Amino acid sequence: MSILQAVAETTLIMIQTKNLAFSYNGKVNFNFPDISLDSGQVLLITGGSGKGKTTLLHLLGGLLKAQSGSIRIGDINIESLSNKKLDKFRGKNIGLILQQSHFVEAFSVFENVVLSSWLATGQKAEEKAKSLLAELGLSDQIHKLTSRLSIGQQQRVSIARALVNEPQLLLADEPTSSLDDENAYKVADLLSQLSKEYGAALIIVTHDQRLKDRFSNQITLV
Amino acid sequence: MIVKLAWKNIWFKPLNTILSIVLLTASVAIISLLILLQEQFEKQFSSNIDGVDVVLGAQGSPLQLILSSVYQVDAPTGNISYSEAKTWMKHPFVKSAIPLAFGDNYRGFKIVGTTPDYLSKFGATVSQGKIFQADFEVVVGAEIAKKLNIKVGDKFFGSHGDAAEGEVHEEFAYKVSGIASPTGKVIDNLILCNIPSVWAMHENHEHADENPAHGEEGHIHFEGDEHDHDHHDHEKAMPVSEEGKEITAVLIKFRNKMGFVTWPRLIAQNTKMQAASPAIEINRLFSLFGIGLQALQYLAYGIMLISGISIFIALYNTLKERKYEFALLRVSGASRMQLLTLVLFESILLCFVGFIFGTIVGRIALLLISSSTDEEYKMTFDPFAFIWQKEGILFIVTIFVGVLAAVIPAIKAYRLNISKTLANA
Repeated sequence: MSILQAVAETTLIMIQTKNLAFSYNGKVNFNFPDISLDSGQVLLITGGSGKGKTTLLHLLGGLLKAQSGSIRIGDINIESLSNKKLDKFRGKNIGLILQQSHFVEAFSVFENVVLSSWLATGQKAEEKAKSLLAELGLSDQIHKLTSRLSIGQQQRVSIARALVNEPQLLLADEPTSSLDDENAYKVADLLSQLSKEYGAALIIVTHDQRLKDRFSNQITLV
Repeated sequence: MIVKLAWKNIWFKPLNTILSIVLLTASVAIISLLILLQEQFEKQFSSNIDGVDVVLGAQGSPLQLILSSVYQVDAPTGNISYSEAKTWMKHPFVKSAIPLAFGDNYRGFKIVGTTPDYLSKFGATVSQGKIFQADFEVVVGAEIAKKLNIKVGDKFFGSHGDAAEGEVHEEFAYKVSGIASPTGKVIDNLILCNIPSVWAMHENHEHADENPAHGEEGHIHFEGDEHDHDHHDHEKAMPVSEEGKEITAVLIKFRNKMGFVTWPRLIAQNTKMQAASPAIEINRLFSLFGIGLQALQYLAYGIMLISGISIFIALYNTLKERKYEFALLRVSGASRMQLLTLVLFESILLCFVGFIFGTIVGRIALLLISSSTDEEYKMTFDPFAFIWQKEGILFIVTIFVGVLAAVIPAIKAYRLNISKTLANA
């Protein structure tokens, strides 16, 4: 492999893990398969409950520290970051979408998305937030409190919030499990479309059959 | 943004917030009211005793003598013989002596017979017209002139005693010769004339040697205790002799400390009068109601403690619901310190709002108190004054309560395990 090729490879690959292992109190041990994903690509992580799907997602998001192994996002090895730097890195480079949407309840939809940009960068990306929410079909809802929205709409706000900082990596934990078919497909479409648009690698943890049918790139935890 | 978040958060649960703010407002209002009252009260009392070392007056309660002769708020203890007082006024220790004779009032404002020295003791000058010279000429205090719209040259009749409803002395009219400059002291609410005017006003034919105070409040007669106004008319032109006349009190300033030490005994042993020290009596008064003020202050700090606990409980209770919100903020890039700041800030904001409201409410209360004391005692308080040092301390204490209430919830937010919180969602 020439040096040029190697350089090209490292810049293309958005996320790469090696020999990740984690254990809860030394009792429950997980060893995860290596992951390597380019920008714009989608990976589905499936597996039964208790197999460590959420644990892996939290490791990738820097919410948990791995016992061994390495995670590289872009050019950064996140194992090497201090807590404070990791918080900043996470805000800027990782978008997280959860099964249940949580929001700052006292803030409106728009303020929630803007808050996310402010926390990560110190800047209020108001225009960006507006255009993202419009793209997600929420233009009429932006000044409502999040609790006034339907679950499907809330999930779309989560997507807007995860994307507002144009992250390199988009992580979604069971994003469709509480949605009906119509909303589930809509969310799946939006996720794959927007992650491509923003050049983010998308990793979805799910046991939702509807998603398994939609995305072919899958690994299963056993 | 953190401030905005904290602000929106505290109003998102308005009931908790209002409870905390009401408690804080109550305690801050009480304390700031007490601070203002005490400070201004003491200042007013202290400024009026400047230049008065002792008060010479009739025997009785020394405090009453001081209150009546220096502050014009109580009834006098009685009268003293002018000739006897005069011998003491010439005592070598005495630097200056100002005689006072009380008699009438005009619409509730006391008319005091004295000498022009009384004005200079308060640092007042005659701003319009001239000082009283002839009998029945008066100099009107600045405050009265303003309230009753009195001008130089006006004439009025006094009412007997110190109640506005007392019988009117219709036989002699007072004539306003001058208006005193404002001083912020009791003189602003007095009408001053010379002492013979007071004597002449109460002169009558049926002399009685004794002058017992009537049952009515502050009912002091000069010369006899029965008035027969029908006899006054042909008396107008008669010059008033000093013989056998009485006055109410003498304000004495000494040349040196000796008089201060020796006079109280000297007077008590040699005369039927007493010499009371305003400084000592007023200190006694302050220490008396100082206990009451202190009790109130403890009560107010107690309320503040309760409001601190209420903030703590409110923050602690919502912590459970808010942990997802906190986890989410962390996921979005907030650091632990930012969460800690957020929780602390919410509490401090509450305390800040409470402090502002409390300061305003306290001043409104002072305004109300001031208008009632103005009516009853001719004493006003300034609600717009700031006692920076004491109120500054109160502010710091209030904010400290806020910090204290938020410490445990803030640390809990700081230590939140995001992964665990989100995994259990």
